[in-house]
Amino acid sequence: MTDQRISIVLAKLIERFGGEVVSTHSDFGDDTALVRRERIVEICAFLRDDADCRFDFAMDLTGVDYLGETPRFEVVYHLYSLKNRQRVRIKVRLGEEDPEIDSVVPVWPGINWYEREAYDMYGIIFRNHPNLKRILMYDEFVGHPLRKDYPKTKRQPTLGPEE
Amino acid sequence: MADTLIKRKAARMLDMQAEPVILNIGPSHPATHATLRFIAELDGETLLKLTPEFGYLHRGFEKESENATWTQVIPYTDRLNYVSPLMNNVGYAMAVEKLCGIEITERSKYIRVLISEISRIIDHMVCIGTNMVDLGALTNFWYFWKPREEAYMQLIEPLTGQRLTTAYTRVGGAMWDLPEGWVEKCRNVCKTSFLPAIKDVNALLTKNRIFIERTMGVGPISKNDAIAMGFTGPCLRAAGVPLDLRKDEPYLVYDRFDFDVPIGEQGDTCDRYMVRMEEMRQSIRIIEQALDQMPGGPVNIDDTRYVLPDKPLVYTTIEALMQHFKFVMEGIQVPAGEVYSATEAANGELGYYIVSRGGKGPYKIKVRPPCFPLFQGMPLLCEGQMLADLIATLGSVNIIAGELDR
Repeated sequence: MTDQRISIVLAKLIERFGGEVVSTHSDFGDDTALVRRERIVEICAFLRDDADCRFDFAMDLTGVDYLGETPRFEVVYHLYSLKNRQRVRIKVRLGEEDPEIDSVVPVWPGINWYEREAYDMYGIIFRNHPNLKRILMYDEFVGHPLRKDYPKTKRQPTLGPEE
Repeated sequence: MADTLIKRKAARMLDMQAEPVILNIGPSHPATHATLRFIAELDGETLLKLTPEFGYLHRGFEKESENATWTQVIPYTDRLNYVSPLMNNVGYAMAVEKLCGIEITERSKYIRVLISEISRIIDHMVCIGTNMVDLGALTNFWYFWKPREEAYMQLIEPLTGQRLTTAYTRVGGAMWDLPEGWVEKCRNVCKTSFLPAIKDVNALLTKNRIFIERTMGVGPISKNDAIAMGFTGPCLRAAGVPLDLRKDEPYLVYDRFDFDVPIGEQGDTCDRYMVRMEEMRQSIRIIEQALDQMPGGPVNIDDTRYVLPDKPLVYTTIEALMQHFKFVMEGIQVPAGEVYSATEAANGELGYYIVSRGGKGPYKIKVRPPCFPLFQGMPLLCEGQMLADLIATLGSVNIIAGELDR
């Protein structure tokens, strides 16, 4: 935490969840916090409910595959506060052997499909998700297409209706 | 209402005194206007349960982009929301510029505002027009199709050379400047095409009892539900939340214009229609102000790291020729980092999350399409209502499969 200037939201997050926050930065004006995965639901509920934060919109969730690094995967949450007209980015690193994290659907119901998409594209498992199925690809699809080790030119049979 | 229906279903007290009927709608169905699919569980004509499905138009935008250079991604962005492709171009260019720390020229900012607002108008026209076709009001569709065609023929085609696959913006500016006489044409299209069409449709629909009774209370959503589901754009504003990034996080030069953000109350199909109609009028206000303030000067920044050198220089000087060669062969160099840049597209917040590791292209691009949460919210809007209301609601929510599936 060597940042010269830490925004109120990040300061609050560090104050409340000091041990969970691995690092923060505000590069390019985007407040970002890298947190540990264990208490992600608590952290999200805090960000939604705290009077200074009020991040009532979960705008986006996605995975990133940093192939070759450990931990390999990253889950990125983009939140927006209607009250403060403010954004924050929360990131969580997940290892290759168990890319699992608790689902935040109880906090923001709208995040449901984003988590399904991250599961579909990267194979990240969201524990306690109400309906963790493929969303863009079809059920018979093998592998997770946005992983960096999935070749761009690989083709799989597209399945028609069963005979 | 949905809850009582589910209770009735559990108690085997359905209207039809029988098992619910499962009806498949789509993926190729005229009323979905895109490759969308619904699995509807029906009791008579009432929707007990609605399961939306999509992915039929998934073309792997993100995977392709990870293997392309920064400039090669621009044509891919056209294919996201193909009803207003210029807005996607603007959103992408702004995201990369944020990463590079580029401040584009004044003229370029005004051009981007203009093309965004023209796109917003034609997008809303398509949305309202097709929605009305589904409800049996075909005239409005033609009333809106003509000015949309005028916008394509007189403004977008002369500017970009294309109808839909515009690929107009570049990192650091635009493909080229406005053609001669474009400003007057733009003024003219607003005055003689857009405004009369809005007036005509307004006269046909806004106080039309049939239309109001058909749409009022159809597909409603409350303020809190809309926020929880992540709705943005006209659908959120129709529910009464005044969130518009043009006002709340003014980008480009939107803070220099005087315009209003219309909001509704019920979040139903009628409110969504009203909000879109008013937004078109406000967009015309913005266009008129932007045309009045339009500054001169170059469209592209003066930095050969991001912009191709002038052609005459390339032909006459060795430095410019080398720059040109390196630019074409290697593409632009973008510093490592990550940004999220959001713009107010016609359907709501269009966000680009870009990770760069300093390579020749993006390491990761995630598009946050405005349709994604809207389509997710369809069961919330429709369950407990009639099957025919599903079609009315779907049209008013304006799902574009291109950006939904990417």
